[in-house]
Amino acid sequence: MLNPTLPVGTDRRGAPLLIRNARLLDPASGLDILGSLFIQGGLIAEVGAVVAAPEGAETLDADGACLAPGLVDMRVATGEPGQEHRETITSLALAASAGGITTLCALPNTDPVLDDPALVQFVLRRGEATGRISLLPYGAATKHCEGKEIAEFGLLKEAGAIGFSDGVRTIGNARTMRLALSYAKAFGSFVVQHPEEPSLAAGGAATEGELATRLGLPGIPRAAEAMMVRRDIALARITGGHVHFAHVSTAEALLEIRAAKAEGLRITCDTAPPYFDLNETAIGDYRTYAKLSPPLRPEADRLAVVAALRDGTIDAIASDHQPHDADDKRLPFAQAEAGGAGLATLLGITLARVHGGDLQLLEALALLTCRPADLLGLSCGRLAPGAPADLVLFHLERGWQVKAGTLPGKAQNSPFDGRALEGKVLGTWKAGRRVFGA
Amino acid sequence: MSFSYPILPGGHLLAIEGLEPPHISALLELAESYALLNRSGKTQRDLLKGRTLINLFFEDSTRTRTSFELAGKRLGADVINMSVSQSSVNKGETLLDTASTLNAMHCDLLVIRHAQSGAPALLSQKVSASVINAGDGTHEHPTQALLDALTMRRRKGRLEGLTVAICGDVLHSRVARSNIHLLLAMNARVRIVGPPTLIPAEAARMGVEVHHDMRTGLKDADVVMMLRLQKERMVGGLVPSSREFFRFYGLDAEKLAYAKPDAIVMHPGPMNRGIEIDSAIADDPERSVIGEQVEMGVAVRMAVLDVLARELRRNA
Repeated sequence: MLNPTLPVGTDRRGAPLLIRNARLLDPASGLDILGSLFIQGGLIAEVGAVVAAPEGAETLDADGACLAPGLVDMRVATGEPGQEHRETITSLALAASAGGITTLCALPNTDPVLDDPALVQFVLRRGEATGRISLLPYGAATKHCEGKEIAEFGLLKEAGAIGFSDGVRTIGNARTMRLALSYAKAFGSFVVQHPEEPSLAAGGAATEGELATRLGLPGIPRAAEAMMVRRDIALARITGGHVHFAHVSTAEALLEIRAAKAEGLRITCDTAPPYFDLNETAIGDYRTYAKLSPPLRPEADRLAVVAALRDGTIDAIASDHQPHDADDKRLPFAQAEAGGAGLATLLGITLARVHGGDLQLLEALALLTCRPADLLGLSCGRLAPGAPADLVLFHLERGWQVKAGTLPGKAQNSPFDGRALEGKVLGTWKAGRRVFGA
Repeated sequence: MSFSYPILPGGHLLAIEGLEPPHISALLELAESYALLNRSGKTQRDLLKGRTLINLFFEDSTRTRTSFELAGKRLGADVINMSVSQSSVNKGETLLDTASTLNAMHCDLLVIRHAQSGAPALLSQKVSASVINAGDGTHEHPTQALLDALTMRRRKGRLEGLTVAICGDVLHSRVARSNIHLLLAMNARVRIVGPPTLIPAEAARMGVEVHHDMRTGLKDADVVMMLRLQKERMVGGLVPSSREFFRFYGLDAEKLAYAKPDAIVMHPGPMNRGIEIDSAIADDPERSVIGEQVEMGVAVRMAVLDVLARELRRNA
């Protein structure tokens, strides 16, 4: 079995490097000091206020910039295989490096669907070949992601599947979900759900409410999310399985998840930057770049997501990167594809909540590094000796503007187009090798 | 008539929402003058001389398309009807491909009807012509609201303070949305009346009263506006049957009696007789103003074309 957390081939490992005069930020240990970090053999060798560099080692002066574990993004869609005009794994890796992301989990609803061990291995290898990222695919939870019969969890796990999911599709049939949760236990794995009651979401383009009514867009009631969350919590209770809810976006669903966690059930969840940075007004004038799935919500829900990030109910922030090209988006709103590009902005939008006073810096970084890494059982996501030298160097205050058309990678469909951000990635290292920044 | 400010800022008519009351009044005044002109039998064929008007209809429509065609011709425009067949849509031609075709044809005024909300707005960003929304999905149908307002004003002498009951399938109605925006802007009272499954979410927040009973909904109304119930809605299960719908929400003499004795009855057409309206009411010359609505439609569309042509000259 492949161990995806191992650094890529030896030849790709960088030479020993000492990064000094950096603000070392390790959310896993709470470390926040000015100091140095020494990389050797693709691993972090030493971290501390004073680190003596061996003679001849290359040295980089970080000039006080922040050095944190490379980001772990547990939900991205790749265009490859099947939709390479939207994004290839090469372009995905490029964008990830520019965004400070070193580990990504890929959704299985590609074409063909990742319901076969060979396809899981294909994606793993394609990610590895970029030398920039660990790309860890989810296996399909059901054959062809059709929501009917569960897929070969054991074989897929052996091939390297990080978990199981039907991607952007809800596993709508309660019995199928029950079987998936139950069967995944045998392999110590979990099921990622897109929580949205399909019969209420069908045909919908925006959150049901005054705005959708005014725009004449078919609505999806907010309750569609909580309803599916509630059902799956009940199924987790009877199976003892682990369900992970993706991109949670409503106050009501978060209430349910908070209560289920308190009860001791194996429930985890993530959210994506649009749900704590934007509200539904972003779709005004039929802005299709802000058409997402689930749709953007009213401000009260955005505030509830921020509160749940703060109180720990949400375990991770994932980009929910969905690459689309102009032809997917330059359509009447209801016909346009849902989803936004999110790699380049993952850190910046999260830091906006730090600058806004909603989250502490280490708290915010934990949601992007050690917390998803722990959830996925990975050794990355921390500044600890022996951990992979996956790192991001960023300036906390330096400003930049999100401009669709100039983003790294192929996908330019950012819902944050035009947004001014504070917090800029200066450099990214994957297994000790510099993959972004001069 | 001359105006010192642009009546349709942006040079398009995409929606009623966002128009200010003075803009609406100015359009209605101008339309009124065209109504008189049309009745006198005179024409004014020099106003749009040399201008090209394209009727671009992605959905079937006889009434609206003909009305725009007549309005354009009465003002002297070269009118071309383009029915975009399902085949070219099926061949993968997108709305924006169509836009570049139209740009190449140097079209001045583009009238568009499309099944998708927001399609005219999207097109307006890509074409050089002035775009007039002739109905987009379940969003708006601005010229319908203007012709309805003109009809009401002629019959009731005012819009302010009128109680207007808009009844039936409000959920899917672009006519209802445009009327709601226009009537509220002009300080009328608006009620929407229908079964809860056909009332849009949070409609009350737009400033209307919501009723599920024709008795309360029509009580003392000055205007009863019936909407078309599309047959496919029945398939969607939003109402169980047409006979049940007619029994509780179809306009017949009994239900009309709840409104004011001089209340007028309107319908944007085409009607489903025996489903949302009883033939006896639809054809009652004392109450039904459905024929006048059609007449006012031409006048309103002439006014809109006139105003947009002024904008074209202003920007030339």
